[in-house]
Formats: sequence, C-alpha cells, structure tokens
Amino acid sequence: MRFLLVEDNSDLALSVSERLKLDGHAVDWAASLEQAHICTAGIEYDLILLDIMLPDGNGQEFLHAQRQTNSNIPVIVMTAQNSVSDRVALLDSGADDYVTKPFDFAELEARCRAVLRRRGGTAKNSIHFGDIVFDPLAATIVVGTQTRNLRNRELRLLEILLSSSERLFSKAHLVDRLFSYSEEPSENAIEVYVGRLRKKLDGSNVRIETVRGIGYRIHSG
Amino acid sequence: MNEHSISSGSLGRRLLVQLLFVAAILSALLYLAVRAVANQAAESSHDNILGASAAAIAEQLGTDADGIIIDIPYSAFSMLGAISDDRVFYRIDIDDETATGYEDLPLPSSIPIDSKPLYYASRFRDTTVRIAAQTRVIPVNTKPVRVLIMVAQTQRGQDAISARVANIAAALGVGFFLIAGAMSWLATRSAVKPLYTVANAIGRRGAHDLRPLKSPVPSELTPLVTSLNDFIARLRSSLNRTETFMAEAAHHVRTPLATVRTQSEIALRQAETDTSRKTLRNVIRAVDESSRSASQLLDHAMISYRSDQMSTEKFDYTALVKEVTRALSATAELKDLVIETNLEKDVQIVGDRILIEIALHNLLDNAIKYSSFDSKIEIELKTDTHGIAFEIRDEGRGLDGNKPCSLIERFQRGNNVRDIVGSGLGLTMVEAIAIAHNGTFELKQNSGAGTCATLLL
Repeated sequence: MRFLLVEDNSDLALSVSERLKLDGHAVDWAASLEQAHICTAGIEYDLILLDIMLPDGNGQEFLHAQRQTNSNIPVIVMTAQNSVSDRVALLDSGADDYVTKPFDFAELEARCRAVLRRRGGTAKNSIHFGDIVFDPLAATIVVGTQTRNLRNRELRLLEILLSSSERLFSKAHLVDRLFSYSEEPSENAIEVYVGRLRKKLDGSNVRIETVRGIGYRIHSG
Repeated sequence: MNEHSISSGSLGRRLLVQLLFVAAILSALLYLAVRAVANQAAESSHDNILGASAAAIAEQLGTDADGIIIDIPYSAFSMLGAISDDRVFYRIDIDDETATGYEDLPLPSSIPIDSKPLYYASRFRDTTVRIAAQTRVIPVNTKPVRVLIMVAQTQRGQDAISARVANIAAALGVGFFLIAGAMSWLATRSAVKPLYTVANAIGRRGAHDLRPLKSPVPSELTPLVTSLNDFIARLRSSLNRTETFMAEAAHHVRTPLATVRTQSEIALRQAETDTSRKTLRNVIRAVDESSRSASQLLDHAMISYRSDQMSTEKFDYTALVKEVTRALSATAELKDLVIETNLEKDVQIVGDRILIEIALHNLLDNAIKYSSFDSKIEIELKTDTHGIAFEIRDEGRGLDGNKPCSLIERFQRGNNVRDIVGSGLGLTMVEAIAIAHNGTFELKQNSGAGTCATLLL
C-alpha cells in the first residue's frame, strides 16, 4: 500500500516510515500541510496518516479541504489528544478513524484494514501464491473454489510468512509480531496458530514447513 | 459545589422598608393635617356663632335717663343651643362693673375695640369654655359708657366633633398607609425583578455555556452585567488557554513516546538475542503503561471536574454504545475476540455524554484486556423498571476470588492480573460516573468463566 504520512516531528516520521516499509508499504512523508497538499495533488494514496498539530495549521483543516475536493482517500488521524469530545470532533470532520500516540502498529494495521474494508477496496490488494488467492482486507483465502475466512492472527501469520516466502521465520520473531507486548505468550502458542493456518490451507499446494528448533517457512508446490 | 454566597440582607426588603417608612411619615402628617384643619374649621364656625350671639346682645342694648337697658334677646342663646347641648354663660360689664351674668367669667387679656369680637378659650368652673367678648360704647347723657359683652359656651360638643374628626383623620391615615404600602410592595417587586431575570438567565445555563449575557437589562444593572460579561470572557479565555496548553503538553509528551515505541518495534524486528528482545519488549510495555496511566489520570481529572457541574443533555445511548464498540473493535480483533451486541434500539438517556462514554470505554477496554484469545464478549443494553442497564460479559479470567468492592478502589488491582498493563483507576472511574448519575455499578463473577459488569443508570 502507498501511505502519505503527514507529521512534523522528523524523528517520529522517519521511524514510522521505516516501520511501515518493514511491512512492505511505500511511504511518502509531508512535514507540513503545504507539502501534504502538493503530495495529494499528484499521487493517489491508499491511506493518509495525519497528525493534528502541524507548524502551518491544524490537521483538521487539511481533512476538511480534502473532503471538500471530494477526495475519497481514507484518513487515519494520529492524535495526542485524550479527550473523547476531541476524537468525536475528528470523526465528524471526516476522519475515518484515529489512533492515539503512542500507537501499536499491529493496531494501526488492523484499523487500516478495517477502514479500507469499509471503503470496499479489496480485490486489488489480493495476493496470488501457489494455487491460493489471499485477500488480506477481506481476510479470506480462496483454495480451489472454496473461500475460507481467516481469524485475525491466522491472517497476520499468513501475511508475515508470505511477505518473504522461503525465508525462515523464528518462533520468537513470530511471537513478537503476533502478540501484543502486554501479553507474555509462550512460543508454543505459535504452534497453535500454525496448526490452524495449516488446516485452512488444506487442499492447496501451499505448505508451512517446520524447521525443528528454529521456526517456520512457507512455500508452494 | 453549591456554595451559597453570604447574604447582606434583601435589597427588595430594604427598599420596601424605606418606602413603608416614608409612607408612615406621610400618613402621620396627613392625620395631623386633617385633624388640625378640621378642628380649626369647627372652632372658627363655633366662634362665629358665639360672636353673633354677643353681637345680638350688643344690638339690643338701649338707654334711658338712668342709664343702660340690657334686654337679652332669646335668639342670642337659641342659636347657641342649635349646635349642641353645651352650657352657655354670659357676663355683661358696664364700665368695668358686672351688671349681669357670671361675674367670675374670665376677662379677655385686652379690651376688644371697634366692636370686633375677641375669641379665646379659658378654664371656667372645672371645664374649658370658649368665650366671645365684644364692647359697645353707648352715650348716656352725652357721656360715653363702655359695655363689655361676653358670651361663653362649654366645649363638649366641640370635643365630640374633634373626636369624630380625629377618627376620620386616623382612618384616612391608615387607609393611605395601606394603599401606599401595597404600592410600595408592587414597586419593589418590579424594581427588583430585573435582578432575578438576570440571575435566572445565568442559572438556567448549562455548566459549559460561557457565552456573554445578551438580554437587555435596566441601565442601573448594565455595570453589573458588563463586569459579569468581562468575567465570563476572562474565564473563557483562561479555560481556552488551559485546554490549548493541555493539548500541546499532550502532543509534546506523546510524540516522543510514539517515536520511542516505533523505534523499539523496529529494533525488536531486527533483534538477534533473547536478552535484547526481552529488553525491547519491556521498553514497549513501559511506554504503553505510561501512556495509559496518563490517559487514565486525565480521565480521572475530567470526572472530578465534570461531576461537579454535569451537563445533562439527552442523547442516544444506543448510538454511543455502538460508537464505543466500533472504536475498540480493532483492539478486540487483534486478540481474535468476537464482540456480540444485543442493544435495545433508540434508548435515550439524560446525562453527561462524555462521562458515560469514559465509563463504557473503560468497561469494554477492561473486558478486552482480560479476555483470553478467541473468546467472546457480550454487550447488552436494555431498559427495565430500575433504569437503563449496560451489561458486559467476558469469558476471561474472572475475579478469581478478588472482592469486587476492593477492585473498584483507587489504584487497586486484582492479584490475578499482574501480567497485564493497568493503572487500577478504570473501575474507580466507572463507579464515580455511576454515582454522579445516581446509578449503580456492579461487578460479579460470571456463572461460567469471566466477569460480568453492569452499569445501571
């Protein structure tokens, strides 16, 4: 996906960009409302991540201007504001959702997916691998003629494995990416989800291979 | 806080007392004036009759060779009898010697001249009499002889008239006082009314309505209303400054926290050893914990602030529950939780929307936090005879023997949740919000696994 990140703090902007790039997204960074307007004029983004307090104005003005020009690009606001009424005002002025700083990227991803799903843009994001078609937005895989729904963790596990097929992912790495940091899951918990995902992939030529003592990798054929 | 300001007495009452005081003085003056004028009128008509009587006697004086003939006409006394039954006395002196009548009838202080009668009151035989004295000079054998004629009458009839006049004057005075009093009361009320109008206009306002007062007021109240509006404006700008400051402070604290968290996530992705993984996870946990505590402390401050001056608007409770559920659905999705809602349609509630939203958010957030993966959360909203019940049931670890009331206490957490980030303020806030709305909050162990929280408003 192609993101536009509107954020004036360069430290945060650089790390958010880097973090999103790790998940295979393309990110353009605008440090002011002016730059943001220039970016949106030339490029069709999948999603805009918008900070509210910017040096040349309030992010809400940008949001308003975007909605005035009939731009339909989904916007998720990154707010530092805690009060409920501020957040309600954001949604009223046309934001699709918000995250409160500091935010969890897994949660941000879930919100992005929910927003894009609501906007109905699914098909173009589907991934073909082996003989399955994987649609992360709809959270489905198509095996033969069968469409199977994935639970959130199965979906994320498949997404991680597919992001670099043939690569070996350690259990520890998968734990870090699948579970929230406030939980302390055992590495065995990963086996449960790998088991479930294997069941969902039944009947296809996609295999999740266990490399004993190290981790897992996905391949087809 | 409903602090009553100290009253320095009622303005209306003070005005009324002053008006009544003036009315009382005027009534007394009226009484005295009416009495004096009437008495004087009565006295002067009495004098006239006494004078006429004396003149009639003087008229009938005749002379012969021996001297003066006194022939008192009947009419002289009958005209006096016409006014009252008072006793009549007379005395006629010829050249300073009493010729007839009562010789002890008191003489006037000076001798009346020019046949003009002199009137005076005097004590006579244990009573007060009114006397008319007149002189007539008659020539006897070419020698002028001065005759002094005095006619007196007791005052009983006069006193009766006086008493009647006094009664009428008193009635007039009292009547005047009553009418003036009633009008004073009405005047006071209408004079003080604009004050109440202003007070009501301010009293009717919602707790967060800081618009200036615009309704027209009498010119005497303009200074008060002007300074009140100045005060409101200062309060508003001070609140705005505080809000801007808070928002900026939050921004400046939370942005670096977000940077730390993001960089830790990136570093964790690339971590090689278990030790560094553990360290980075701890960093992220600490960031989450501080962010959460900050939010909850702010919410807690918001509750104490708003409970004092709650706004009571009517709003769609069902829609609020839906919005809170939507806002937290992404968090629930990360744990593969299913949220089942069973909401009664179009439930309206009167209360503070922001406070109730904080309560619902905390309850759902708790349920998500303490739920195990792949479990279910049920949310129900229904009205019954006791009020509107918001119930949320999870299949998490439950209370595990912790007393519900101890969990609601500030900074208290269950001893089975040490592994989960939390501040111990969430349920305290929910309870405070329930109390502020005259409702109740109940936490109990589900019959199966998990916890059931009910907010009854």
